[in-house]
Parts: sequence; structure tokens; C-alpha cells
Amino acid sequence: MASHAHSNAHGDHGHHDHHHGDHASHGTFGSYMTGFVLSVILTAIPFWLVMGNVIEDKTVTGVLIMGLGLVQIIVHMIFFLHMDTKSEGGWNMMALLFTVVLVLIALSGSLWVMHNLNTYMMPELTPEAAKQLP
Amino acid sequence: MTADWTSLLFGKLTLEAIPYHEPILVVTFIGVAIGGLTVLGALTYFRLWGYLWKEWFTSIDHKKIGIMYIVFAIIMLLRGFADALMMRFQQAIAFNGNEGYFPPHHYDQVFTAHGVIMIFFVAMPFVTGLMNFVVPLQIGARDVSFPFLNNFSFWMTVAGGIIVMISLFVGEFAKTGWLAYPPLSDITYSPDVGVDYYIWGLQIAGIGTLLSGVNLIATILKMRAPGMSMMKMPIFTWTAFCTNILIVAAFPVLTAVLALLTLDRYVGTHFFTNTDGGSAMLYVNLIWIWGHPEVYILVLPVFGVFSEVVSTFARKRLFGYTSMVYATVVITILSYIVWLHHFFTMGSGASVNSFFGITTMIISIPTGAKMFNWLFTMYHGRIKYEVSMLWTIGFMVTFVIGGMTGVLLAVPPADFVLHNSLFLIAHFHNVIIGGVVFGVFAGINFWFPKAFGFRLNAFWGKMSFWFWLIGFYFAFMPLYVLGLMGVTRRMNQFDDPSLQIWFIIAAFGAFLILLGIGSFIIQILYSIWKRDELRDETGDPWNARTLEWSTSSPPPAYNFAFTPVVHDVDEWWFMKQNGYKRPLSGFIPIHMPKNTGTGAILAGLSVAFGFAMVWHIWWLALVSFVAIIGKTIHHTFNYNRDFYIPAEEVAAVEARRTQMLPAE
Repeated sequence: MASHAHSNAHGDHGHHDHHHGDHASHGTFGSYMTGFVLSVILTAIPFWLVMGNVIEDKTVTGVLIMGLGLVQIIVHMIFFLHMDTKSEGGWNMMALLFTVVLVLIALSGSLWVMHNLNTYMMPELTPEAAKQLP
Repeated sequence: MTADWTSLLFGKLTLEAIPYHEPILVVTFIGVAIGGLTVLGALTYFRLWGYLWKEWFTSIDHKKIGIMYIVFAIIMLLRGFADALMMRFQQAIAFNGNEGYFPPHHYDQVFTAHGVIMIFFVAMPFVTGLMNFVVPLQIGARDVSFPFLNNFSFWMTVAGGIIVMISLFVGEFAKTGWLAYPPLSDITYSPDVGVDYYIWGLQIAGIGTLLSGVNLIATILKMRAPGMSMMKMPIFTWTAFCTNILIVAAFPVLTAVLALLTLDRYVGTHFFTNTDGGSAMLYVNLIWIWGHPEVYILVLPVFGVFSEVVSTFARKRLFGYTSMVYATVVITILSYIVWLHHFFTMGSGASVNSFFGITTMIISIPTGAKMFNWLFTMYHGRIKYEVSMLWTIGFMVTFVIGGMTGVLLAVPPADFVLHNSLFLIAHFHNVIIGGVVFGVFAGINFWFPKAFGFRLNAFWGKMSFWFWLIGFYFAFMPLYVLGLMGVTRRMNQFDDPSLQIWFIIAAFGAFLILLGIGSFIIQILYSIWKRDELRDETGDPWNARTLEWSTSSPPPAYNFAFTPVVHDVDEWWFMKQNGYKRPLSGFIPIHMPKNTGTGAILAGLSVAFGFAMVWHIWWLALVSFVAIIGKTIHHTFNYNRDFYIPAEEVAAVEARRTQMLPAE
């Protein structure tokens, strides 16, 4: 981890709360436009997929939309939040990885647990099985 | 016609909501009213309102906010402990047809309130208070990153506490247990306002907790003194860092779960209901994804406290600093993959249960590593048995017992026998009292002289420690026995008279803990009375090791006249060894944030909003919500939020300190 300690001795310059050190860039008009256009395209495709009934299989459409949503998230992070591997001394990347890991743990864990509970606690009740109930 | 108007004006609130027909509550209310009026009267008589408002309530000095957090926690400890004492005596007498003094519906509220208050409004403010006070001083900063946000966070926590306290005298509190599991907490089975008080109290306090987590992470990442790399951070700062990461990652889950429960109760959705596709099991799953990290949110900072205390009073560098850091980080991550051990019995299969059983056992490894680090720090040290050190040793013995019963409960087959029994109650009190509470008292005794410039009296400190320690064993060892015999939690009366003796022993233990809390209060009052004898003018009464001890006690508003440059983990020790000389001239003006009342005002409006939502007083909810937004926007236009402490004033403060210090 980079040691990028900031002195809080503001000295005599006027405005505080500005810790300009190894900061991320604030973006340019061009980069914002790129992000905006990409976002619009990535939003338009899912709408088109659903409205135009392009693909027969609903599952494929669903997965596709999820995938496009994921790409959209990454576009936002790069062009609007100005994240890269080096911003804030690597802490932004670290925080992102940590978040992704935790979200994955919480989602996959919950799905696993709830699926298990569903299998064991909510059996399909056929008439034969119902007769066997105590 | 009149009925329409009253329900429009007061929502569900009627005169019947005031529990004047419950003798216990009437007596409590009279007691609280007399006590409260005395305090208010005294404040008015001594003209302290202005002082409190200007110097404390509106203060955005992290030290004062930290102290206020701890004062709030002590007040709530008294409420939470009163609940505990009443439950212990109820259970000790409710045998052989004697129903005791609590009817079931009241007993259910008392154990719910006890759990909620002790976790959210005692343990959380205690550790947040310690972190707030200590972290900026330890890293050589002048304040936290967002000083106003800090004040706002504190007041939101208080607002949540006030909402929970209102439920004592207006309406009732939840009767669901401290996590409010549905379907019991759904509108079908809890149509009263109890669960709503619970929801709004926690949501409002949760805003404060989350924001203070963001604030402290930013502070630790961005405001460390030059030279202090991550691996040169004092260990308490490290544990505070990991705790706040846990807060920021875990609390949104609680917020979301409670929001879904709110929708179920207010607008008739079916997330957790029995019918229409709801799944109550999903609530249990989600709330423990927050709930297990929460346990580590509480205990990690006190691990940091113990580390600082042990190395200070053993006169040695902390053994295995690096392993301590890695153990903390590993616990931070592992704490996210053990949540299912809270509901082994809910019906998952063997693969799920064994996975979570094993991860739970693994988490005891880094914790055990910490224990050995503390032992090896003490080994060959010149240990001084100050009060903080006693708490630390008491913790080491007690926490190991609690940890071992925890590993026992991590074995799914054993958990099937012990789930929801008093064994579990004994286990988590063993780790929360033996860990968090002992750690908080160690921390208070350790940093009190830094906060106020005089030490706490050692005799009453020792009394408090021994009463707590012995009282703890008397109160909870019988519960282990009862739990193994199969006695379940949350019962207000019993049939089997052979159990009574264990409950009487437990009640005796609770009485000893009462003496312990009493001794702690006496310790503070006596120390204030004898403050001149206990005065510490050096700023370093324990010959300690980290930066907070390099400044005066209490520290000046700006903490450090010059930002220190850090070379070592134990920087103050390093400075003392290398003949550090305090700079006596060359002071420059110091840029500081200005006090503001916005935090207290927003929190006050939030109380009104929460109360209105609980009682369905929609006009008040709307008005207070608009007022909250309005005040927030108004505050963003306040540009008059900083000032400079002139160089002359800094020089004068530092010169006074020079006079107090012994001549070199």
C-alpha cells in the first residue's frame, strides 16, 4: 500500500477540504460525452431486446440484460467516477474489489442457503406424499 | 366527525397508549420524571444550557463528540441494565405458580428492549466514542475528515435512542426479540406500534452509524501524519479502520432488510409474510448477513484497546504487530462468511451447515493468534497492574471461555441441542461482556486522563472491576448449566422447581454487576471531586507509546501545534527515546472548523419524523421530512464554517503547557 499520508497542516492557503495529492483526474468534456453515449447505447439495447421481442428464449434475454447492466456499471465507474487502478493510491481499486467480493459472497451465499432451505423445507406436496405426513 | 379529526391529528395515538394501567411503568415514569426534572432544574439553576449548547451540543471537535458518545452510552447502559436486573429477578421468583411481576406481554418487551439498547445504544456508542476520541489523536490529525458530519452522526444515534426510550411511556416496544424476526414482526402478528418503534429507532440511528463509519475511514486513509504508512499505524487505529469498513459494508444490509419489513408493515407488500410468496426465512438470512459482521464491529476496536493497554503496561513493544494486523484483516473478511451459524436449525442441508460450521471454527484461529500476541507481550514484561490492565487480564481469561463455548456452538449437531437455549445466552454474554464491556472499561480508564487531565481513582476502579468480574461469573455460569439442561431463552416463568436455585444464583450475579456499575459511577464522581490530587500535567501519565500521549491532557482544540512526523509504530516512545524537544516558537495560525447546531436540529426533526411514522401521524411526518430536507439545503449555504486560531493564541496555549511540564 502506498504511503501517501497527507499533512493536515493547511498552512495559510484559503480553502480547506482539498486534499490534492495523487488524486484521480476530474475528467474532460470528451470523456463525459463518451461515457454518456456508451450509457445511452447500453440502455437502449435492453429496451430494444424486450420491446422488439428479438430473442425467443426469455432466459437468454434476461442473462443478456444482466450482462449489459454489468458493462454499464463499469462504464459509469470509469467515465463518471474516474476510477482506475491508481486513483487514491490504489484504495479505490481495493475498495471496489472488496465490495465485489462481499456482494458475491452475500448473493451466492444467500442463493445457496435459500435454495437449500427451499429443497429441504418446501417439498413438492404430491397427493401420495401428503398421505405420508405425520 | 370528532373521531375523524383526532385520527387525522394524532394518527393511531390515543390516550390509551399511555400505560397508566401498568403499575411498574407508572412507578418508573415517576422515577424518571423526578430524576429528569431534577437534572433539568439543576441545569437551568446553574445556567448551564448556554454552555452545553455552545461548548458541547454544537461542537464539532472530535474529542468532545467522542466524550458525548460515551456519556450517552453510559446513560443507556443504566436503562439496559435496569431491564436486565428486572428480568433476572423475575426469573428467580417465577416458580411454583408464582407469575412474578411481569406478565408475558411486558416481559417480551423488556427482553427485546434490553437486547436492542445494549447492542445499538450502549456497545455501539461506546466503541464509536472511543474511536472518535482516540483515532485522530493517534494519527496526528487535528480532527476527523468531515467534522460536521461527525456531530450529525452523533445526534442521529441519540435520536434513535430517544425514539426507543419514548416507547417506554408512549405505546409499547416490540415483543419480538432483538432482531424482530417475521412472521412474528409482520403486521398480522404484531399489529401494535412496538415493531414500528424498533424499525424507526434503528433506521435513524443507523444513518448516524453509517456516516460515522465513512467519516473514520476517510480520516484514517487521508489524514495520517506524514511518515505514518499503513504498517506504522497504531494497532487501535488499525482495528478502528477494519471496524469502520465492516460498518460501511454491513449496515446497508440492515437498512435494506428493515426497509423491506417496513414495506410489509406499512403498504402491505409480501416480502416476509407467510402467504402470497413471502419468505420469512429470507429475512433471517439477510439480517444475519448484517448481524454477524456487527459482532466483529463491536469486538475489533476493543481488541485494539487491549493491544494498546497491554503494550503500555507491560512496558514492551506489542508482540507480533504485523501478525496482529493480518489477524484483524482476516477476521474482517471471514466475518462475512459465517452468518449461517445463527440459524443452523432452520433447515439447510448438511453441506451448507458443515461449510458454515467450518468457517466459524476457522475464525477462532486469528482470534487465538491475537490472544497469544497479548500473552507474549506480557511475557518478560514489567507489568504494572493499573485498572486498565486488570480489565485486560480479566478479558483474556473470560473471553477464552466464551470463545471456546462459541466453537462448541459452531458444531452443527451440538447447535441443534443448544440452539435458542440459555447456553447460547451465556455464550454471547460471555464474549460481549467479557470482550466488549471489559474492553470499553479498560479504554475508559486508559484514556480518561487524556480526555480530562486527571486520572480515575484506582480504588473504585478496582472495586468496579472485581464486582463486574465476579458478578459476571455468578450471573452467566448458571446459564450454561441451565442451557445444557435444555432450558430455552425468553421464558417469563418456569414449572420445574429444581431449576430455581440456578436462577437465584444468576440473579445474585446480576446484583454484583449492579454493584460494579455503581462503583464505576462512584469512581467517576469521586475522581471529579478529588481531581486536583489525581491531576496529570505531563500529558503522559502511563509512560505510554503512541502519539495521543505526546500532546497535553486535555489536548488543545487543535490537538497538535505542529503536525508530527512519524518514524515508528510506537512514535511517542520513539520520540521519548530519541530526546524529543517540544517546539517552543514559530507557531502559525491553525485552520479550524466552526461549531454548528445543524446536527442537533436535524436529529430533533428526525425524532419528530420517526414518532410520526410510528403513530401514522402523516401530516407531522410530511412536515418534519420537508423540514429535514429544507434544513439540510439551508446548511449547504452556510459558508461561514471555518476560522483560524491566531498564532498568538497557539503560542499562549503552548506556553502554558511549557510551564506545567517539569523543566528538563
